Amino acid sequence: MKITKEEVEYVAHLARLEFHAGETEKFTSQLNGILLYMEMLNQIDTTGVEPMTHAIAQKNAFRDDVVGESLMNEAALANAPDGRGDFFRVPKVIE
Amino acid sequence: MEYEPVIGLEVHAHLLTNAKIFCRCSTKFGAAPNSHTCPICLGMPGVLPVLNKKVVEYAVKMGLATNCRINDRSVFARKNYFYPDLPKGYQISQYAEPLAEHGRIEIETGDGKKIIGITRIHMEEDAGKLLHDERNPSSYVDLNRTGIPLIEIVSEPDMRSAEEAAAYLKRLHEILVYLEICDGNMEEGSFRCDANVSLRPKGRAAFGIRAELKNMNSFRNVQRAVEYEIERQRHVLDGGGKVIQETRLWDDGQGVTLSMRGKEEAHDYRYFPDPDLVPVEIGKDWIAEIEKTQPELPQEKRERFIREYQISSYDAGVLTASRALADYFEEAARQAGKPKIAANWIMGDILKFLNEDKRSVKDCPILPADLAALIRLIDDGTISGKMAKEIIDVMYKTGKKPGAVIEEKGMVQITDESALAKTITGIIEANPAQVEQYRSGKEKVFGFFVGQVMKATQGKANPKLINDLLKKMLSGS
Ligand SMILES: [Zn+2]
Repeated sequence: MKITKEEVEYVAHLARLEFHAGETEKFTSQLNGILLYMEMLNQIDTTGVEPMTHAIAQKNAFRDDVVGESLMNEAALANAPDGRGDFFRVPKVIE
Repeated sequence: MEYEPVIGLEVHAHLLTNAKIFCRCSTKFGAAPNSHTCPICLGMPGVLPVLNKKVVEYAVKMGLATNCRINDRSVFARKNYFYPDLPKGYQISQYAEPLAEHGRIEIETGDGKKIIGITRIHMEEDAGKLLHDERNPSSYVDLNRTGIPLIEIVSEPDMRSAEEAAAYLKRLHEILVYLEICDGNMEEGSFRCDANVSLRPKGRAAFGIRAELKNMNSFRNVQRAVEYEIERQRHVLDGGGKVIQETRLWDDGQGVTLSMRGKEEAHDYRYFPDPDLVPVEIGKDWIAEIEKTQPELPQEKRERFIREYQISSYDAGVLTASRALADYFEEAARQAGKPKIAANWIMGDILKFLNEDKRSVKDCPILPADLAALIRLIDDGTISGKMAKEIIDVMYKTGKKPGAVIEEKGMVQITDESALAKTITGIIEANPAQVEQYRSGKEKVFGFFVGQVMKATQGKANPKLINDLLKKMLSGS
């Protein structure tokens, strides 16, 4: 086993996912399959090979510090499920 | 038991760029809600963030100013959590490979000088702002602040008192402002501080359990919150209790720190390198180029002022409070040739005027050259110090040059010896009794004569000249 049911539940909680009955077991077994498949990569000897985080060997992609156009407020809020005035409205967050 | 407080600070500073860190939206404060947003900072799917080069430059400047090692390579990472002010569901920050590490700055408190270590400085994006509705169960989100560039400066847990924490914070603040990479405005949130506080029995090496303090928006509140928290933990430990690792919010009104009581989940941010952003590699050439633009830092400036101008450490501290004020002083001192006197006028009069009007030295109606001219006029005897006090007041109110004010008011000091001698002769002749008293040894009457001369000349005579002439003429020589 690469991953336990408890770990799946924990990750689901972090991702704010709710599963129906039986789904946790199903996903645990599917994730295990994926992780075991990935495990094959560990058989390769990577001594002296730098870990890679990008498929392209690029660095220092910059933009200059110049202000451009922003969206009109209506456009910014167009996809919001609950736009109110100039704002996005959300259920109350307690701080 | 005797405890030793252990304090570390995390400071977030807004960088003074024109555009946001990964998009071209403006960073200006105070715009209409959600009007500085675009698909990138709104976290729309499929967009590509591109790093603002100025952010790297500014972060390097702070790294150099705090004696950090600038890493050859640094990488952005995603910090994953859900909160309505974070549209993407992750904040782009740096984690395993930050921009700068292993720095230090010197602070000074009543106990003397001390070095505080800087663990790391990294670049990241700010989140949005939430406004809460008191009357209904809603919060309102403004994403203008989302994507404003920040550097986070993490200290080593090197501070041992609230006073040291405040001194460290002030030092960081003045460096950022001197570098002109942050406006330092704590109320608007451009300079924010969280404090980690724990206690350990004195003499023990291992750290105690710490609480993280948030919501302190002034230097004074940081000091008060840390002081309160030290006492609170001491009380808990002395009572046989245990400090809980938690986040506590400073309540300014009550002057206490309050637990967030489990409202906050245990954090697991699952950092990983952001595949949208390529690594930043800062070569020696780039660092050298940035180094050339570094200004003299406040501490260096203070030391130089003391050495070069022979002013006190207190005066040097006041005069280097901002770069603009230090420049003002240096220019006036240079033109007047009298640094100590220029310092006194600035600290005694000009700063008083400016503070009363809440004005910056940059907007001072009296230019350094005007102050220098005034000092020279006192020096050559044209005006007395007392007149100068009156003149500088008019100069500040009208922006006029000292010469013009003197002319308008007819304030030129009488330095003509023969004219003054004539006046004195008249006074001596009119007061034979007092002359007799003086000559018989009653020197107190001298003051009477000075008063008479001042009156006759309407205070315009040079006091030193009056004294010299009076002495000579009264003694009958
Ligand atoms: Zn944007």
